[in-house]
Amino acid sequence: MLKNREELQQLRAACQKAFAAEEKKILVCTGTGCVSSGSLDVYAELVRLMKDAGIACSVELQKDPHGDEIRVTKGGCPGFCEIGPLVRIEPQGWLYTKVSVSDCEEIIAKTIKNGELIERLAYKLDGVVYAKKDEIPFYQKQKRLALEHCGEIDSDSIEEYLGVGGYVAFEKALFDMRADEVINEITESNLRGRGGGGFQTGRKWSQVARQTSLPKYVVCNGDEGDPGAFMDRSIMEDDPHRMLEGMMIAGLACGASEGYIYVRAEYPVAVKKLKNAIAQAEALGLLGDNILGTDFCFHMHINRGAGAFVCGEGSALTASIEGKRGMPRVKPPRTVEHGLFDQPTVLNNVETFANVAKIIENGAEWYKGIGPEKSPGTKAFAVTGNIKNTGLIEVPMGTTLREVIFDICGGMRDGGEFKAVQIGGPSGGCLTKDDLDLPLDFDSLSRVGAMIGSGGLVVMDSNTCMVEVARFFMNFTQNESCGKCVPCREGTKRMLEILERIVAGEGREGDIELLLELADTISHTALCGLGKSAANPVVSTIKNFRDEYEAHIKEKRCPAGACEKLKKIWIDPDLCKGCSKCARQCPVDAISGKVKEPFVIDSAKCIKCGACISACAFHAVKEG
Amino acid sequence: MEKNFDFTLVDEILDRYGCKESAMIAILQDIQEHYRYLPREIFPRLAKRIGVGEAQIYGVATFYENFSLEPEGKYVFKVCDGTACHVRKSIPILERLRSDLGLREGQTTTDDGNFTVATVSCLGACGLAPVLTVNNKVYPAMTPDKASELIESLKKELENAEK
Repeated sequence: MLKNREELQQLRAACQKAFAAEEKKILVCTGTGCVSSGSLDVYAELVRLMKDAGIACSVELQKDPHGDEIRVTKGGCPGFCEIGPLVRIEPQGWLYTKVSVSDCEEIIAKTIKNGELIERLAYKLDGVVYAKKDEIPFYQKQKRLALEHCGEIDSDSIEEYLGVGGYVAFEKALFDMRADEVINEITESNLRGRGGGGFQTGRKWSQVARQTSLPKYVVCNGDEGDPGAFMDRSIMEDDPHRMLEGMMIAGLACGASEGYIYVRAEYPVAVKKLKNAIAQAEALGLLGDNILGTDFCFHMHINRGAGAFVCGEGSALTASIEGKRGMPRVKPPRTVEHGLFDQPTVLNNVETFANVAKIIENGAEWYKGIGPEKSPGTKAFAVTGNIKNTGLIEVPMGTTLREVIFDICGGMRDGGEFKAVQIGGPSGGCLTKDDLDLPLDFDSLSRVGAMIGSGGLVVMDSNTCMVEVARFFMNFTQNESCGKCVPCREGTKRMLEILERIVAGEGREGDIELLLELADTISHTALCGLGKSAANPVVSTIKNFRDEYEAHIKEKRCPAGACEKLKKIWIDPDLCKGCSKCARQCPVDAISGKVKEPFVIDSAKCIKCGACISACAFHAVKEG
Repeated sequence: MEKNFDFTLVDEILDRYGCKESAMIAILQDIQEHYRYLPREIFPRLAKRIGVGEAQIYGVATFYENFSLEPEGKYVFKVCDGTACHVRKSIPILERLRSDLGLREGQTTTDDGNFTVATVSCLGACGLAPVLTVNNKVYPAMTPDKASELIESLKKELENAEK
């Protein structure tokens, strides 16, 4: 138990010394991605082989480090999920990709014993071998602040967090700054909420600090519900102390002594890591009563969600922590006045809290130097979909979509053609080719009717039908509508019905206008953010891809060839040799014709089973 | 409803959380973890000890997706249908699972009580899309054929366990 500032500084200095002395190191990624492709087995095998070979190795940070010992550690996720399991070799900085248990022997024999690079395990792109992690194009344009420790330290160890300068900011805020100075620093930095809204964090904090009613609460929104976003999961799993530190600083600044973390049910690993981190911080006396001999007390609690997207909304989230149905309420009063248990509450998301410590440590001026003036700092994006390098990246705000998709993430997968990217999940909109040079920041995006949201970027190629995408999101929102207000409960249902009939080829004249009218009404009258933004994907796909909607409705045709019910199978008369093989394969006798003349398919009978396509030796049977 | 329901475990869980109303979700989660669903017998007991109406607890239990009032299978498949998995074709995987297990429309658990198939909005493993989990173990980059193989291997596992 640390009793005062000096003891914390001594412990940190010892950890930093130990950390710096670890020259040789093997870091195995243990993020969800790499674990499911077998990284834990790789880790165990490496440890076993080294022990068998009599190589001195340690799995924990050593108090008295000696240079020749090799550390094997679980390093968390560096974000490049596409090429996992990842193993990094230090001090060379080499990154081995898609490592399997059978590669371990070679890694020990060549790399560990002789310092040789195993070229076949290194990352390659266009014939160039990139041995070092930092040289890989995926990392070159990134700037990792919130994610800086992900993939670098063992998240199960508070010593490692201290070893990279952990809790320096909390210490500074606790001993060297007054509460109003902390808030000023955050306000000055212009840090804006990373969860979607982009509200200024400093303003929120000062509003809570002003309240006189006690107790006050700090709540962390870890209910990362937007499908396609997983940066918060990565922070909670790989750098839990960074987030706790941010929450503690918020508590200090606003006069709160209780913190609640609400984690969604789908993230069991995050819950485990956070529980462990809290226990470690409590054991050291960084959480609890009279922290480091001061009169500041702070207690942390974890609440697991139970599967309700709407709980990402502030008032629904606090209701859920209170053990109630997670339904939003009318605002005002706002969460800053009447939040959790009806008391003043600071509610921020995981990534926002993860930025706090850096700002306190380095100052607002430093932070403002990154990214554009009105949206400073960096933003983590989860890039997924039809793209070559899926994964988690962090770039300065204002980086263009083109840089993210083509420079960092390597462009489209399987040679596909870029069509659109959905940003901001089911509340967001889509961006098209014309928006590729748009800087990604709060204001530029809201100008084109999109939003950064939580930072999920789902990239879609020309085989994706935008009407079907809109239907998919509406189906999601409709399922997740809590049912409290009529516009959202009934409105989204009607919109879904219309979208369903359009993709089924039963769209009617006037459906587009009806969708837009419903969208307008719902966004103006729904109770909470979920309802207000539910129609965004529909409005934005109509705006950018109206011709696709029209093709579905008027011509009963899906231009992307994706909508199953609108698929037609036909025979190209120029290629058909009239062999009759397809007609013999057809289970419903839909194909007819004269031998040696082109055959035809009766689309009324055709069940689209595709038997004819595989039967044809001349590729004459086409789909689309 | 069973008349002789054993409340030992439920009481233990209630004691652990001090019968607090704010711990309602955690209490239900712990009960479900044990029984793999929420038996109807527990509601009057919870209501009495927490000091709220049965309807309120029922309201919470039915509001959240994760709670089930019906027993789930020994193996619970959760097919991710988040955006990233959806655009990389998760639905054919779901359809294959359902047809291989002979699930009728609207049915989620097989008649023998061994398998449950559900969808989930996002597992946060988008880099490996499409994914599914079986009892929380993540299976990356799935295809319909891989899903069929997975069912076969789980069925063998069950057979061996019975022997």
